[in-house]
Amino acid sequence: MGLLSDPVRRRALARLVLRLNAPLCVLSYVAGIAWFLALAFPPLTQRTYMSENAMGSTMVEEQFAAGDRARSLARDFTAHRRKSGALPVAWLERTMRSVGLEVYTQSFSRKLPFPDETHERYMVSGINVYGILRAPRAASTESLVLTVPCGPDSTNSQAVGLMLALAAHFRGQIYWAKDIIFLVTEHDLLGTEAWLEAYHDVNVTGMQSSPLQGRAGAIQAAVALELSSDVVTSLDVVVEGLNGQLPNLDLLNLFQTFCQKGGLLCTLQGKLQPQDWTSIDGPLQSVQTLLLMVLQQASGRPHGAHGLFLRYRVEALTLRGINSFRQYKYDLVAVGKALEGMFRKLNHLLERLHQSFFFYLLPALSRFVSIGLYMPAAGFLLLVLGLKALELWMQLHEAGVGPEEAGKTPGSSPPHPPTQGGEHTGPRQGLDGAETGGPHLPGTTAGLHHPHQLLSGLPTGRQHGACCCRHQALWTPAALHCPAGADEPSSYTPGQLVPVAGASGSTALPGRGLAALPGRTGPGRAGASHLRLPALPAAGSGPLPLLAALLERALLEVTEAARSSPRSLLPRK
Amino acid sequence: MVDTCFLSQGLTTLAGLLLLPFGSLAASQIEDQAEQFFRSGHTNNWAVLVCTSRFWFNYRHVANTLSVYRSVKRLGIPDSHIVLMLADDMACNPRNPKPATVYSHKNMELNVYGDDVEVDYRSYEVTVENFLRVLTGRIPSSTPRSKRLLSDDRSNILIYMTGHGGNGFLKFQDSEEITNIELADAFEQMWQKRRYNELLFIIDTCQGASMYERFYSPNIMALASSQVGEDSLSHQPDPAVGVHLMDRYTFYVLEFLEEINPASQTNMNDLFQVCPKSLCVSTPGHRTDLFQRDPKNVLITDFFGSVRKVEITTETLSLQPDSGVIESSYKKDQMVEELMEPLKYAEQLPVAQIIHQGIFLNQGPNPCLSNLLCLLP
Repeated sequence: MGLLSDPVRRRALARLVLRLNAPLCVLSYVAGIAWFLALAFPPLTQRTYMSENAMGSTMVEEQFAAGDRARSLARDFTAHRRKSGALPVAWLERTMRSVGLEVYTQSFSRKLPFPDETHERYMVSGINVYGILRAPRAASTESLVLTVPCGPDSTNSQAVGLMLALAAHFRGQIYWAKDIIFLVTEHDLLGTEAWLEAYHDVNVTGMQSSPLQGRAGAIQAAVALELSSDVVTSLDVVVEGLNGQLPNLDLLNLFQTFCQKGGLLCTLQGKLQPQDWTSIDGPLQSVQTLLLMVLQQASGRPHGAHGLFLRYRVEALTLRGINSFRQYKYDLVAVGKALEGMFRKLNHLLERLHQSFFFYLLPALSRFVSIGLYMPAAGFLLLVLGLKALELWMQLHEAGVGPEEAGKTPGSSPPHPPTQGGEHTGPRQGLDGAETGGPHLPGTTAGLHHPHQLLSGLPTGRQHGACCCRHQALWTPAALHCPAGADEPSSYTPGQLVPVAGASGSTALPGRGLAALPGRTGPGRAGASHLRLPALPAAGSGPLPLLAALLERALLEVTEAARSSPRSLLPRK
Repeated sequence: MVDTCFLSQGLTTLAGLLLLPFGSLAASQIEDQAEQFFRSGHTNNWAVLVCTSRFWFNYRHVANTLSVYRSVKRLGIPDSHIVLMLADDMACNPRNPKPATVYSHKNMELNVYGDDVEVDYRSYEVTVENFLRVLTGRIPSSTPRSKRLLSDDRSNILIYMTGHGGNGFLKFQDSEEITNIELADAFEQMWQKRRYNELLFIIDTCQGASMYERFYSPNIMALASSQVGEDSLSHQPDPAVGVHLMDRYTFYVLEFLEEINPASQTNMNDLFQVCPKSLCVSTPGHRTDLFQRDPKNVLITDFFGSVRKVEITTETLSLQPDSGVIESSYKKDQMVEELMEPLKYAEQLPVAQIIHQGIFLNQGPNPCLSNLLCLLP
């Protein structure tokens, strides 16, 4: 006989599992936490490397030098914006056209579900402006996007200035194989989402937007820029997007190589690169960065305009310029050069970014942990739940086997075998009746008997098919709820439907039930294995148990009525 | 008196003895000259240059092939004898910041694309099947002449291949590959069809030596840029263009070939020394066991150039006047004066006659018919 089909061996196995379960759970939990913390250390973190062949190892020379033009354009933008109060659409159109782009606008509006905090209004409307730089010698099949989200609170004017200066520089080059779209959106993320939806011809957020007049092919990658000062001390990169989605790691690697090449100070989660990995500071900082990234992903918010691009499988990043108290500052030319280099390398792409990882964690900007290495941590934590469920199942099974064996010998003296024996027939009848009652209330009627069946032993439960087993877990806590009342074996009569707490009851008292279980169901403790009408819980225990008890009574009455009505629905079986 | 006679005899024998080595030296010089003249048995040169990889980041493979093409053309092989196969167009790629150029040295020192490049197989035509058909000559009759390798048993052929490769194979266009066994069999077919006199095979890929280890036909010499298990590395990145321009091995071969001119006597042993491990990082290899001549007697221009041998002779040749010829021409002049018939145009293409005579083909060669045959390709 096999290990699981031999009852003796199965009982021994069950006892082993029960004995070891608590330490195993604790161990598994600790292992999960420890593994997660170990992710910050060198063997589990790897240095980032460029996976895409097309973006290879060669650097390109950057020639952007129009810092002054960027600054003057930024000042113009601020002035016009202050004058008009919203995005200066006409000025933007004029400037983009003078730079040499094909300019288009798009208007959008959205009724917000909650009023806007600052302005106390529901309706938000705006205009997006975008210019397309066509590739001089290639067909317009693919494109790259440089977007600057402008909101009412974030001015982002230096980003607009830099974007326009870059557009002028890019227009003079002949090596573009993809079109480049320079996008300025109003209302930050709302405008970006409106543009993306119109570009891909979908409507997932119920935004009303005018259709786009100009298109440029499939978008391969996008960079969102947020700069609010003329000089920056560091560039912060944000990768987490909507629902925690991440861009392909190659895009981050690309940014990091240009940071290194240009000597720029680049930060991740606002933290610098840990310098020394030998002492505890490095790993500690990387654990912090890791946890911050996990939390930001868990929040589900897109932490920049790039987060909305990811849903359309467009790899995107947000670069934020930070101006802090540091002495060494970089001007717009340095940022512009980094962007020029990135776009030039992205221009070399032949396919979408797909070579590197899509799921990863970043303990530092130049180090990553892939999903294969961080998933075991989550696995260990989930293993605790699995072990607990196994333990519950084993325990109930044990408890069921014990009383059944006791029940087989009628003359034995444990307190409730006669009633249990009598109960066998009653519930069985009742169960048949319930099943003939039809699918209308199979859950309630079948389930009403299940705890009873459960505690009478698994074999009887098995006779009634799979639908019984399915409800075991659901009704188990209910059984635990019942013994809370007085021990009244005589109150049970065969034929009476055993009232059990409904689902609400089970959710209301899982903890209590689970805590009660080890103490209640064990072989030889058949005193606890009774079911009775639920006594209304004590007044002080809260509204939910009261609600559960009331629900039980209501269900009981309903099922009585259903049983008495003659075969209203055809039986399932 | 007897003493003087004896002395003179001794002197003559001594003189004879002394002059003997000089005589043999003179004889060996003539032998050397004769040997030099008949050093190689070839009368024409062909080159098949293949680049097998596409995409912008494989710029260097196209540059490799074009630099060998440039050297081969400079040393005398005409375009009609070169089959150039390039799997992608780098010069006109939209990503090329200097359109219509392909550079081999950074800072745009050397444009190997030039003004008069003739690419025979381009883009998607570079496949394993087309390459093997070119080598073996099994080509559909509609193929233009520039795409054929019309070599004979007195041709020396240079075959240069570059791209991405591995142990025993070379990748064509990211979708198929040619194995070393196929290549060896193709060369054997060429040998059996007497399509080459001698063959020089050069390959610049990773693990290139694996491609020549299966050759079994005679008169083949092979060079490779790296041994099995080694990678061939690229040479210089150019930040203005944004890609690596050349592979190391071919870069140094190009520098070596730039110093060769059609008259140079550099031999194959010097080519074997090009690109030692210190410069190339990989170990170039070569194979000469199938080759019948000693590599030190093989000139570089035997394969890379097309050298016409000129023999200056000091003999005189007297031309006898042929009396028969003179008399018949004299007679013809007289006949023209006598005839004075009305002149008419001769029929340009006597089709009716040809059709008639075609039926009686087995009656012997007909000059008109044989003329028609010459017109057929």
